[in-house]
Amino acid sequence: MLKRLIVGLGLSLASAAGAAPDPKNWDAVLEEASGQTVYWNAWGGSTATNDFIRWAGDQVQARYGVTVEHVKLSDTADAVARVLAEKTAGKDEGGAIDLIWINGANFAAMKENGLLFGPWAEDLPNWRYVDVAGKPAVTSDFTVPTDGLESPWAMAQVVFYYDTARLPEPPKSMPALLGWARANPGRFTFPQPPDFLGTTFMKQALYGMVEDPALLQQPAEDVDYDAVTAPLWAFLEELTPNLWRQGRAYPQTGPRQIQLMADGEIDLAISFSPGEASTAIANDQLPDTVRTFVLDGGTIGNASFVAIPYNANAKAGAMVLADFLLSPEAQARAQDPSVLGYGTVLDLAKLSAEDRARFDALELGIATLSPDELGPALPEPHPSWMTRIEADWQARFGTAQ
Amino acid sequence: MRLRYAPALTLALMLGPVLAGLAGTLLPAIGLFPALGGTAPGLAPLKALLGWPGLGPAVSLSLGTGLAATALSLVLTALIVGSWHGTRAFRWLEAALSPLLSVPHAAAAFGIAFLIAPSGWISRALSPWATGWTRPPDLLIVQDPWGLAMTLGLVTKELPFLLLMTLAALPQAQPRRSLTVAQALGYGRLTGWLKVVLPRIYAQIRLPVYAVLAYSMSVVDVALILGPNTPPPLAVQVMRWMTDPDLAQRFTAAAGATLQLALVAGALGLWRLGEGAAARLGRAWVAQGCRRHADGLGRRAALVLGALSAGAVLAGLAGLALWSVAGFWSFPDALPDTLTLRPWLRHGPELLEPALDTLLIAGAATALALALTLACLQAEQRFGLTPGARSLWLLYLPLLVPQIAFLPGLQTLALMAGADMGRGAVILGHLVFVLPYVFLSLGDPFRSWDRRQATIAAALGAGPARIFWTLRLPMLLAPVLTAAAVGFAVSVGQYLPTLLIGAGRVQTLTTEAVALASGGDRRLIGLYAIAQTAVVVLGFALAIAAPRLVWANRRGMRAG
Repeated sequence: MLKRLIVGLGLSLASAAGAAPDPKNWDAVLEEASGQTVYWNAWGGSTATNDFIRWAGDQVQARYGVTVEHVKLSDTADAVARVLAEKTAGKDEGGAIDLIWINGANFAAMKENGLLFGPWAEDLPNWRYVDVAGKPAVTSDFTVPTDGLESPWAMAQVVFYYDTARLPEPPKSMPALLGWARANPGRFTFPQPPDFLGTTFMKQALYGMVEDPALLQQPAEDVDYDAVTAPLWAFLEELTPNLWRQGRAYPQTGPRQIQLMADGEIDLAISFSPGEASTAIANDQLPDTVRTFVLDGGTIGNASFVAIPYNANAKAGAMVLADFLLSPEAQARAQDPSVLGYGTVLDLAKLSAEDRARFDALELGIATLSPDELGPALPEPHPSWMTRIEADWQARFGTAQ
Repeated sequence: MRLRYAPALTLALMLGPVLAGLAGTLLPAIGLFPALGGTAPGLAPLKALLGWPGLGPAVSLSLGTGLAATALSLVLTALIVGSWHGTRAFRWLEAALSPLLSVPHAAAAFGIAFLIAPSGWISRALSPWATGWTRPPDLLIVQDPWGLAMTLGLVTKELPFLLLMTLAALPQAQPRRSLTVAQALGYGRLTGWLKVVLPRIYAQIRLPVYAVLAYSMSVVDVALILGPNTPPPLAVQVMRWMTDPDLAQRFTAAAGATLQLALVAGALGLWRLGEGAAARLGRAWVAQGCRRHADGLGRRAALVLGALSAGAVLAGLAGLALWSVAGFWSFPDALPDTLTLRPWLRHGPELLEPALDTLLIAGAATALALALTLACLQAEQRFGLTPGARSLWLLYLPLLVPQIAFLPGLQTLALMAGADMGRGAVILGHLVFVLPYVFLSLGDPFRSWDRRQATIAAALGAGPARIFWTLRLPMLLAPVLTAAAVGFAVSVGQYLPTLLIGAGRVQTLTTEAVALASGGDRRLIGLYAIAQTAVVVLGFALAIAAPRLVWANRRGMRAG
């Protein structure tokens, strides 16, 4: 008791002096976290993820006394902007954001500008279960090394979903997609870049067109970008007039496509979540005739992470939440198609028999592919590809009325 | 009692944030932003802005939709009031349009989007029996490149505003006598009104018209829902740059925001020139002496268009309400397969917390605005200050400067001042927008209160404070509550100030609704739109009901 009191006193003194919690001393982290409020900034556009975040918050509240407030963002970059504004104003501690759901270009920008706290992720207790060898994306975020500055919590892989009632045989390659779109104009679209899913569609198309996919792992500046992307632009020149609304308007986000499909406006859509279609069917958002498929030759996969800003107010609480997200229990729940349908970042072989049973018990949804059917994930290209392609698309297609 | 300083304090609270925010925007626009390495002024941000290929169309869209929405709203307002004022049809239209003022812009835009889309309610009602469509046609109706859907969406919201502003201005123009004379000389009702009453009314509603123009040109939430996006109007693009992961785009955003400010200033100047031209043409038209110009047609058109405008918003809201209880609902079914309370049971409890925060923030901002306004008006009267035309302009300044041009700068400022970024800062941020509306709706009733009653009270020995608290304020209960309801509605509708000043930590029904909108789940959007509208309508209902209850036995006090 006395020891705990002394530790607690020391900790409160330490945190008053602005010392950062050390995840290697996990008991101290738990001690400090208790009673903290973690403002988790996460995209709020999906009902399923919002429900999952609320569940995770309830759990860490009950177990560790950490309160979680979900700050629903319409764009993750809002959170990046917030941290930047705080740095501008010299607010180097007590910042408004404790944890951000992040990856790709947002992570690269924060890392480059020194806006992140850490390293901490690889010292979390549950890190030992993470499938570092089998899922390289968990330590290499769009090829940028995470260096322990962010902790993975979900795997995503590109899939397409389609309504079998209107489209019995979906096109399984980009040339086939183009041919089908020509024959059925106006029945396909993708979220408008800078939405990440729209840019992902283009990177996916690019994968099928480059001779040496390894080129995409290098920064776009280091290779002949124009030559590599030329076939992509030719492909889009032909595809765009055959898109929904002749490519003169686009859905602004991925989930918006669900409504378009339910309304019968499109027959085929791209998603970064293999279980999204099943979850939407369960919520009356899609008809139960919708199914999922992947392209021949594989599709791009990546990991979602959580990161702590350098000036976060509740760093210990944020770590406790991040660690809980890595727990087999939370991972199994996230993989449940009736909840989220996100892939796990864990290596099932490292789990105890009891924990593995949680995953084995999951029923894949009616429209969800099994891991075998999903096939291997292609690695994300370097973030510079995303930035360049996004900018070029906007110049070529995004501003031409 | 430091009543004398009330006007200065009010101005400082209202204009200080605007001016400071503008400085925070202009500096990065010329390259000054130390945290991002911008330490020397330069033209790079401007060059980046000019290098954006969509700039021309985006600027035209901003100008085109803004000018068109303002002109349409103004013409329609004039036609409706001129044709029907004083008739039963007018009271009916007024009753249908006034509540629409309280519907948040985003909610109205969602409703209209669902109404007019190719897979929307109108198309569903007519398919397949009339149209033959079993799947929605691939037509670009919502988000059309011309911004027509967006313009119409704006008109449905700006029409009620201008209509109420016109009605407020009418008594001073004394239309009855002029109209009687005009009609005795053989002028048709509408032609007569346009020739003799409108010129006097316009002088009084000029500033509200300018506010509509500035707002329509730089609106973000309506443009996101109904506006085009290849490219979007300038204000939306500025938002995109501001939220770009590449932090260097903040400079471009600042340059864009500065351009938006210049565009609004330019459009206001253009409108002012147009006023002069219209006045010259109008004088020639009046002098020409023609008694009737298709009066009957104009009157019918005014009624139909007014009813359409009100009907679009109301039907849109009804559609959203239906979505919030819909099971699976596919095209071309006019109604959902099943009705279910599941969305409400599942998400209803989540509404509670943002709803409470919404009430708290709107209540506090409105109370502050009311106190400051009353103090200003009382000071004006006590010390014989005469509000000139310039003070009215100052009052309108926060409504004329585009939000996108000064809020980002204000955010940085709030941080530097060490504000706790909580509800307090948001309340002060809302105050900037609530104050002008409260002042505008309370100013005239307060000033037109019959001062002879104060003289009698003073003769009976009451001091100024007692006269104010026991005589003037109770007698002005109805207009004070109406002003409060207007201020409340303005606060509830604020999106950008809540998001930027509140650091995303302060969540109101509006910020939640717009965040959810990005997911496109119509059930959830419907749920939040209904909750958002209900809060505001409740405020107005209270403002109307309270005087009737308090003054149940004082008939003359109820009208206000």
